[in-house]
Amino acid sequence: MSPATPRPTTAAAAPAGASPAAPAALGVEGLTVGYAGAPVMADLTLEVPAGQIVALLGANGAGKTTLLRTVSGLLTPRSGRVVLDGEDLSAVSVEDRVRRGLAQVPEGRSVVAELSVEENLHLGALWKIPARRARRDAVEAMYDAFEPLSRRRRSLGHQLSGGERQMLSLARALIAEPRVLLLDEPSLGLAPRVVAQLLDTLRDTARRTGLTVLLAEQNVTSALSVADRGVVLGLGEIVADAPAADIAADPALRHAYLGF
Amino acid sequence: MDRIAFLLATGLARGLVIALFALSLVIIWRAARIVNFAQAAMAVVAVFVAFAVTALTDSFWLGLVAALVAGAVVGYAVERWLIRLVPARTPLPGMIVAIGLVMVLQAGIGIAFGPQHRPMAAPFSEQPFTVGGVPVLSPYDLFVLLVALGVVGGLALLFNGTTLGLQMRASAMAPEVSRLLGVRVPRMVTLGWMLSAAVASLAVLLLVPTELGLNAHSGDVLFVHAFTVAVLGGLDSPVGALVGGIVVGVLISLVTGFLGAGLAPIAVLALLTLVLLVRPGGIFAVKEARTA
Ligand SMILES: Nc1ncnc2c1ncn2[C@@H]1O[C@H](COP(=O)(O)OP(=O)(O)OP(=O)(O)O)[C@@H](O)[C@H]1O
Ligand SMILES: [Mg+2]
Repeated sequence: MSPATPRPTTAAAAPAGASPAAPAALGVEGLTVGYAGAPVMADLTLEVPAGQIVALLGANGAGKTTLLRTVSGLLTPRSGRVVLDGEDLSAVSVEDRVRRGLAQVPEGRSVVAELSVEENLHLGALWKIPARRARRDAVEAMYDAFEPLSRRRRSLGHQLSGGERQMLSLARALIAEPRVLLLDEPSLGLAPRVVAQLLDTLRDTARRTGLTVLLAEQNVTSALSVADRGVVLGLGEIVADAPAADIAADPALRHAYLGF
Repeated sequence: MDRIAFLLATGLARGLVIALFALSLVIIWRAARIVNFAQAAMAVVAVFVAFAVTALTDSFWLGLVAALVAGAVVGYAVERWLIRLVPARTPLPGMIVAIGLVMVLQAGIGIAFGPQHRPMAAPFSEQPFTVGGVPVLSPYDLFVLLVALGVVGGLALLFNGTTLGLQMRASAMAPEVSRLLGVRVPRMVTLGWMLSAAVASLAVLLLVPTELGLNAHSGDVLFVHAFTVAVLGGLDSPVGALVGGIVVGVLISLVTGFLGAGLAPIAVLALLTLVLLVRPGGIFAVKEARTA
């Protein structure tokens, strides 16, 4: 495991004084998933140890989104299982996986367009913090962590820029203090600087709270710069699984599966 | 002049009932993306329960409560045991099943209770008050007006001021994202059906005392008007339902008063055609693309 290079810390991203939940390990065992026709991945096994950031890499159509959606329960696998801290999640609904501490920021613009920034944040916190006062405090803490959002509280989702939306999606997932976070291409359509800020915030949060992260990315360099480990998906199998620095330094691998 | 004041006032009361029913269609559309063609038939079932309760207890008020409860129960039953089983990939199957349900419910009521209209007494007088010798509004119209305004206000509060309302709105607009945030979306859909059917039942109950009486088809004309209103206002827009309901109610009242009842449906259709020509999405339609 490569030690993370020190970076300037951006704002803290958890409610002040909140005790982080115990980190959890995520496992995927013998997973076969597909749509109609041939499976997208067959018998895939992957371990994300507690507190680690794992970058999930691979070309377009490699199956990153499919894997994340199966882990969160939106897709039902043909066989195999998803395990959170030793518990088999096969019979657990999407909503209840969330309650077990498994959060997903889906691909694309997942902000609810017709709701305000504030409402989006409250929505993310509702199941965890039913009391209004405490929830307001948690929302305030997110405004502190994601400064630009605090200036757009009343704006509707569809009025935000791409970067603000991605920031809101991340904040909305973090507000409920998940133990495992699935992120699907947070860099999509964002300027490099915004990507760097977003990933920095993510890494700081993860370091401080012990959050386990599975980060699907096309933006290989950025993803590997914050990850402990990289997993490369090619044609439905894992073709490489190594410390982030090793993957970044392997030109053959980059040429063959990552296209640069 | 006297005539106009009277027609406007009764049109307003009638319009608010239409608005209530249209609002119930908006609620269900937003919760489940279904235009519920069975809404009137479902509401009539609930009003039959209310009728029975009133007949047994001699109390209009217990009947009113019964209509709300029975409406919610009917909404629950239809969603859980019928609509949920219908594939929801496109809106069409749901609508077809809803139309089938209309036939089953109306035939069932016809078989059980016969075709006759059962008169229902209003809890207040239907003789208009006069202001300076000019008849304006009956006490019952006033009661209808207040109840409708109260329900509209209550719904606005529910949807915009409570966390349940927030979850219902989010579930309707972005079901998948909502699930990923822990919202129990199927439960919100069921709640939407219950709420919608209860509101529709209330609207039919308020209407029946001013009509011939209760039978299987008591809600049909109201449904047609409310459907027009919902399309006019945009199926997504509660404000559109409210404004549209009042406009259609007043229009019907004025046309009936000055030109004769036979022309009222034609006036409503003309208005619908006009609006759809100018704004195909409805007057209050929102332009934004929705998220999944
Ligand atoms: N809803 C769907 N129905 C049918 N096939 C699908 C569906 N979604 C994805 N696929 C197919 O499954 C495969 C994997 O897609 P997936 O979206 O998981 O890839 P990805 O790695 O996330 O790609 P990208 O980097 O472009 O987001 C692709 O071949 C894709 O065409
Ligand atoms: Mg993808």
